[in-house]
Amino acid sequence: MSFLLVQALSGLATAATLFLVSSGLTIVFGVTRIVNFAHGSFYMVGAYAGWSLIERFGGTPAGFWGSVAAAALMMGVLGAAMEIGLLRRLYRSPELFQLLGTFGVVLVVQDLTAWAWGPEDLLGRRAPGLKGSVDILDQPFPLYDLVLIGLGPLVLGLLWLLFNRTRWGTLVRAATQDREMTSALGVDPARLFTGVLFLGCALAGLGGALQVPREAVTLHMDMAIVVEAFVVVVVGGMGSLTGAFLASLLIGQLQAFGILVFPQITLVIVFLFMAVVLVLRPHGLLGRADEAPPTAPAAVTVPLSAGPHAGAWALALLAVLAAAPLVAGDYALILLTEVVILALFAASLHLLIGLGGLVSFGHAAWFGLGAYGSALLVKHLGAPMPLALAGAPLLAGLGALVAGWFCVRRSGLYFAMLTLAFAQIVWSIAFQWYAVTGGDNGILGVWPSAWAAGKAAYYWLTLGLSGGALWLLRRAAFAPFGYALRAGRDSGLRAESVGIDVRRFQWMAFVLAGTAAGLAGGLYAFAKGSVFPTLLAVPQSVDALVMVLMGGIQTVAGPLAGAVAFHLLEAKVMSMTDWWRLALGLIIVALVLVFPKGIVGFLSGFRRRR
Amino acid sequence: MSEPLLTVDGLQAWYGRAHILDGIALTVGRGEVVALMGRNGAGKTTTLKAIMGLVERRAASLRFDGRDLSALPAHRIARLGVGYVPEDRRIFADLTVEENLEVGRQPPRPGAPTWTPEKLFALFPNLAEMRGRRGTRMSGGEQQMLTLARTLMGNPSLLLLDEPSEGLAPLIVKQMADAVRRLKAEGLSVLLSEQSLSFASAVADRACVIETGRLRWTGTMAELLKDDGVRAAYLAV
Repeated sequence: MSFLLVQALSGLATAATLFLVSSGLTIVFGVTRIVNFAHGSFYMVGAYAGWSLIERFGGTPAGFWGSVAAAALMMGVLGAAMEIGLLRRLYRSPELFQLLGTFGVVLVVQDLTAWAWGPEDLLGRRAPGLKGSVDILDQPFPLYDLVLIGLGPLVLGLLWLLFNRTRWGTLVRAATQDREMTSALGVDPARLFTGVLFLGCALAGLGGALQVPREAVTLHMDMAIVVEAFVVVVVGGMGSLTGAFLASLLIGQLQAFGILVFPQITLVIVFLFMAVVLVLRPHGLLGRADEAPPTAPAAVTVPLSAGPHAGAWALALLAVLAAAPLVAGDYALILLTEVVILALFAASLHLLIGLGGLVSFGHAAWFGLGAYGSALLVKHLGAPMPLALAGAPLLAGLGALVAGWFCVRRSGLYFAMLTLAFAQIVWSIAFQWYAVTGGDNGILGVWPSAWAAGKAAYYWLTLGLSGGALWLLRRAAFAPFGYALRAGRDSGLRAESVGIDVRRFQWMAFVLAGTAAGLAGGLYAFAKGSVFPTLLAVPQSVDALVMVLMGGIQTVAGPLAGAVAFHLLEAKVMSMTDWWRLALGLIIVALVLVFPKGIVGFLSGFRRRR
Repeated sequence: MSEPLLTVDGLQAWYGRAHILDGIALTVGRGEVVALMGRNGAGKTTTLKAIMGLVERRAASLRFDGRDLSALPAHRIARLGVGYVPEDRRIFADLTVEENLEVGRQPPRPGAPTWTPEKLFALFPNLAEMRGRRGTRMSGGEQQMLTLARTLMGNPSLLLLDEPSEGLAPLIVKQMADAVRRLKAEGLSVLLSEQSLSFASAVADRACVIETGRLRWTGTMAELLKDDGVRAAYLAV
C-alpha cells in the first residue's frame, strides 16, 4: 500500500516536470500553430545552463533558486531570438517546413551544447535545504520531489492568472483563436509571438533546470522530453493548458506504474495510450473540434506531371547506372548502392507527402522494420538472403497496415504526430526488447548470399529491385489510385462527394509507402551487414524528409535527386567534420528558408524564368 | 475642398492567381458614409480587406489622413485609426464580451471619438447585460453588435463595415442602421459594403457600385435611387 503511494507520488513528480515542459509547447503551438521540435532543446540547454549556475551559486537556497530562475530566463531570451530569426519566416509555410526547420535547430543546439559543455553526463548538486527525504507511511520519499509536485499546480495557477487576468494574456488568447482579426484590431502579432516564445521556452528551461538535482544532465535529454511533451500535448488537446496538466498527470502515473508491470516497454505503453486517446477523442482530452484545424498540407500549386520524355530519361539513367560497375571502384559502388536504396526510401515517403499530402514524421519505422525483418530472419531462422529480403517489405507492410489504420484517421499535424508515435513505438521495441533485437547492440552478421556478395553483384541486385519498386511507385502515381490520392489531398470533402473513399486510399498509400520503404530497409541491412535501432529513430525519418525536401515536393524526380544530393553531402562533407549535426542542422534551416521548392523545383523555376 | 479622409486609387488584389479587384477607385470624406454596393462576389469584401491590408497580394495607391497605407501591415493601419468590422463577425468565442472589447482597446486618438466600454454599453444596451458571457453563447445580432463595439474600442476615425445587415432579423437591422447614424453624428466616417439597397439608403450619403472587381458607377445615394438602369444592371438579383 505505502509502496504504491510512493510510486504514485513519484509519478506526480514526473508529471510536474512534464507539465512545465509541455505547457510551454502547447502555449507556443496555440498561438503560432507551430509544433516546435526544438522545445526539448530549450529544456536540455536549460538543464546545462542551470547546472553551471548551480555549481557556482547553488550553495545556498537563494543561490539555487536564483540559478534556476536565471536559467529559465535565459532560455526565454533564446526562444525569443529563435522566433525572430526563424519562426517568423515560417508562419505561412506548410507544417512540414515548420517541423523540419525547428528540427534543424535541434541538431544545431545538440552540437553547440556538446561543444560548450562536453559530451560527458553531468551530475549536479542537490538543492540546499531539500537534500533529505521524508517518510511517507514508512517509505522514504525525496523532499525535493515533494516541492516539484507542488510546483506543477502552482505554475498552472500562475499561467491561468496570466492568461485570464492580464491584457497580454487576453491578447494571446484572442490571437490563439484568430490571428488575423487580432492584428486588424491593432495588435502587433510579431511582438505578441515573440513574447509567447519567450514564455514557452522559459517554461522549458525551468523544467530543465529543475531536473539538475534529480538526474544526470545529458545530451539525449532533448529528444526524450520533446517526444514525451508531444504526447502530452496531443493527448491533452493541442493548445489546451488544462489538458496538458491532465495529460501530464495521467502519463506520469502511467510511467510510474507501467515500469512496475512492464519494465521493458514503458515507452510503448505511453505511445499506445496516445494512439488510443486519439482514436477515441480525436482532438485530445480537452481539445475542441473547431480549434487547431490541421494547417494546409505541403502546398502544392503545380500539378505533378511527367516530362514529355520521362520514360526515355529513366531508361537512359538506368542504363548509365547499370554500367557504373564497369568504371567505378568499390568505394564508389558502396556509395552508389546506398544512394539507390535511399532514393527508394525517399520516393516512398514522397508518395505520402507529394501525392497524399500526408506528412509522415515516422517513415523510418518502415525502413527500420524492413531492415530488422531481414536481420531477424537471418539471425533467428537462418534464412537465406532472398527469403530474408522478401520478408522485409512484408513485415514493414504489415506494420504499416496496422499503424496506417490509426494514422489516416487524422490529417495535418496530428497525422505527423501519430506517425512519430508509431515510429517511437517500433523504435522502443527494437531498443528495449534486448533478447530478440539485441537492443542497442543491434544485429550483426547480416551478409548477402554468396552469389550477391560482390560489390557489383549486390549493386546490380539493389538497382534491379529498387528500380522495379520505383517504377511501380511511379505507375501508382499516374494511375487512378494516384489521382484519387491527389484529389483527397487537394480537397478531402470534394473528393468524398464524388465517391472517393479518401481515408481508404490514404490507408492504401500508407501501406504501399511502408512496403516500399521496407524493401529499401531490407536492402540496406544486407548492404551494411548489420542493423541498429538508429535505423528506426527520428533522425532517420528526418533524413528522409530532408531528401524529399531537397529534391522538391512537386516533382517526381525530386526524391531521387534529393537522395543523391543528401547522401553525397553526408558522405563527403559531413563525414569530414565532427560537427555533422551542426552542418546538417544549418543545411536544413537554409533549405527550409531559402529553397522551399527543393533542388528540382528551384531549377525548373529558374529555367522557366529565363 | 480639403483632402478626403480616405483615397483609394487603382486598387488591385489577387487571391493566389485569381485577379479579384481591378482598378477600384473611391474616396471617403470626413464625416461621410459611403456605401460600396454590388452583388455577391462583386468584390466588396475584398475591397475592404485590401484597404485593411488583409489581402496577401494587392497593389494600390492608398491614402488615409495624409498617410500612405499601401506598404503597412494590418496592425499599423488599425493604429492609424482605421477600424475594420468583418462580415463574418469573428468574435473571439472563448473570450467574454468584456475581454473582446479589451482586445480592441487602443489609446485615445485626437480627431476621433473616444470610446469606453461604458459608452458602448449605452450604445448597445443588449451587450451591457452580458458582459461576462462568452462569444459562443450569443445570437447573431448580439455578435454583430459586439464586433462593431470591439472595433470602436480602437477609437477609429474611419470604419470599414462589411455587410452590417447580413443575416440579421429586421428589428436588429434597424438597430444597426440607428447605430451607424449615431456614429456618423459622433463624427466618424464610414465605408460600408452592402447588398441591401434599403439599408444603404437609410445610412449612406454616397454609393460606389462594383461588379466583377471593377468600379461601375459612383454618385450620391439619391442619384442611385433614381437611376433604375444602374440598379437593374449591377444590383438586381
